[in-house]
Amino acid sequence: MNSLRQQNELSLVSGDEAVAMAAIDCGVALGTGYPGTPSTEILETFAALGGRAQWSPNEKVALEVAIGVAFAGARALVTMKHVGLNVAADPLFTVASTRLDGALVVVSADDPGMASSQNEQDNRRYALSAGVPMLEPSDSQEAYEFMVRAVEISERWHVPVLLRMTTRVCHSKTVVQRGTVKVAPPGETHFEHDLPSRVMIPAYARPAHPRLRKKLAEMAAWNDEDGPNQLIAGSTKLGIITSGVSFHHVREVAPEASVLKLGMTYPLPAELMRSFAESVERCIVIEEGDPYLVEGARAACIAVEGKPESFRFGELNCARVRRILDGDCTPEPKRVAGKTPSFCPGCPHRSVYTALKNLDCIVPGDIGCYSLGALPPFETMDTMICMGASIGVGLGLRYTLPPAEAKRVVSVIGDSTFVHSGITGLIEMIYNPPESGHVVVILDNGTTAMTGLQEHPGTGRTLAHAKTGKVVFEDLAHTLGIHSVAVIDPILNFEKFQETIQECLNKPELSVVIARRNCLLANRSIREYERGNDQPID
Amino acid sequence: MINQSIDTTSNKPTNVVIAGLGGMGVLKASDILADVVFSAGLDVKKSELHGMSQRGGSVSSDVRFGERVLSPMVPEGEADYLLVIAEDQVPVNAWTLRAGGVLIEPSQIDESSLPNKKSVNVALLGVLSCHLPFSIEAWTAALRSNLPEKLHEANLQAFSMGRAIGENAGQER
Repeated sequence: MNSLRQQNELSLVSGDEAVAMAAIDCGVALGTGYPGTPSTEILETFAALGGRAQWSPNEKVALEVAIGVAFAGARALVTMKHVGLNVAADPLFTVASTRLDGALVVVSADDPGMASSQNEQDNRRYALSAGVPMLEPSDSQEAYEFMVRAVEISERWHVPVLLRMTTRVCHSKTVVQRGTVKVAPPGETHFEHDLPSRVMIPAYARPAHPRLRKKLAEMAAWNDEDGPNQLIAGSTKLGIITSGVSFHHVREVAPEASVLKLGMTYPLPAELMRSFAESVERCIVIEEGDPYLVEGARAACIAVEGKPESFRFGELNCARVRRILDGDCTPEPKRVAGKTPSFCPGCPHRSVYTALKNLDCIVPGDIGCYSLGALPPFETMDTMICMGASIGVGLGLRYTLPPAEAKRVVSVIGDSTFVHSGITGLIEMIYNPPESGHVVVILDNGTTAMTGLQEHPGTGRTLAHAKTGKVVFEDLAHTLGIHSVAVIDPILNFEKFQETIQECLNKPELSVVIARRNCLLANRSIREYERGNDQPID
Repeated sequence: MINQSIDTTSNKPTNVVIAGLGGMGVLKASDILADVVFSAGLDVKKSELHGMSQRGGSVSSDVRFGERVLSPMVPEGEADYLLVIAEDQVPVNAWTLRAGGVLIEPSQIDESSLPNKKSVNVALLGVLSCHLPFSIEAWTAALRSNLPEKLHEANLQAFSMGRAIGENAGQER
């Protein structure tokens, strides 16, 4: 925790660390989530600062646990990357209509430019769609303050609040002063029976929906007057409406402009935006990603200029903001390509892909370090969609491909990804077995490697690496009814690994092959945790 | 809502880009620099993309500091200093450097004389330190607080070597 040194109550921290500090200062009772770049460090820091934090098998479960915490009257924080909110969308949409007793803050860490993601979705759309108020910090100080404000808003209106961050806000370090915004200490936890507010059967859900819309109208009015927005009075010739990190690019590129910087971007402060737009000759919206603010302004009949379509893609920066202001749509300069990442020397995934390549397999894949199997020198992983998709996609291929091809399909999925979303795929395989059978390879390297070596239920250790209940994949597969289950170290017993895959492909049965060998980067730590956890407690 | 009038101070920040490959200590070097600046009481922003950085791919990190820093990213062609830990990453990052900006690269130091070969990042920080107005004590403190104790000696030596090279180069000029 070097970066959290204090100096005159100031610290130089990332946006993720700032959210964790605020969660401590707000008395958040529990932080839950699933690791995902760029959100992962929030819960790790929260735990390091003494907060109670735990990884859940996936984001849906994490949010459900947090809902329970908020129903008990306590304060909960849930963290995930943008695509994680797709998984948690089911509880999100309905909990919005319920009445929370405590606070529920959901962090969605978006990744414009896809530094480490499979798509570029703009989760501000979720706030609008689910009817969940949303705050967008632009740096670490605001990440701290908006986390506190989110708790306040959540408890005032008894609703979940979305704290929408982006990669640059999550991972940039800027100076933070703690304690600039305060919230009353959390109340006592208790359970109050309140079925009409929390049981979303149609009879109770019908009145709940207009209740939510009424709250949102109140919040919009509050946002107009007292929301965490910022108005910088400058030239009347140029006015810029912006949010998030784009604000800082705007201030650098156009220091003379008037700026309306929105901190709460759902529900939008429409009257504030209207009077701002009317106060300047040219009003332009500068935002990363989708034209979310532009559409919101136009829906409220506020005349604003948007950005050209080409700036929907990738991150913004000073040069791109300048281009938007200048209306410059000429091609942007091409950069010398950097070196792409590759498997570490001695990585067990190398052996798995070597075998699958040797056997000329068709390989629906999944999300993790092993996605690198799509790049040279292997180019062996054929598909990647979302967490857990390897198994379902593999089954679809097996059902429909001609037999000679169908029997070459092997689904590959990592250990953490398997726990996250692969188990239901395995059940589908048992329930609807393809005629040719199927082979699932679980690449079990004992950690969530891609996001920075986090624990998961398959490691049998908690977020803080203490011993806990463990899901044993081979036992699970057996219990579910798969007869052909093998566990092999793909480096130590490479020949046997390849032979086993070959045998499984040759028979029309369901097989699970677990390629088990610790990630090289995690191996030393894993052995230390195991030694530590085996020590008798005095 | 916060109402604010326009800020007329236009002190330009100092821009440093540190680049290399995953595993070479790019982020560590930028953490050390950012801490030195922070302890000097300046505004500072440090920005990079994590993710695949541990898997040997290109990594770069921006550090900006001054009276007040706005965007966390060094605008193209505005880096005052480009510190590159892997020689082959120089062309990849050259676009960040302003005309007349200073390039600091591994060919400037003799890697074989380093007590620990992994300290190239810190040796190059030593070279960079000659260009910046921060005390040796601040650099030493930041090195100590960012590195595990067993690596202190090797890195302090690497830093001193880089600093000496930077000072000599300064005299030759």
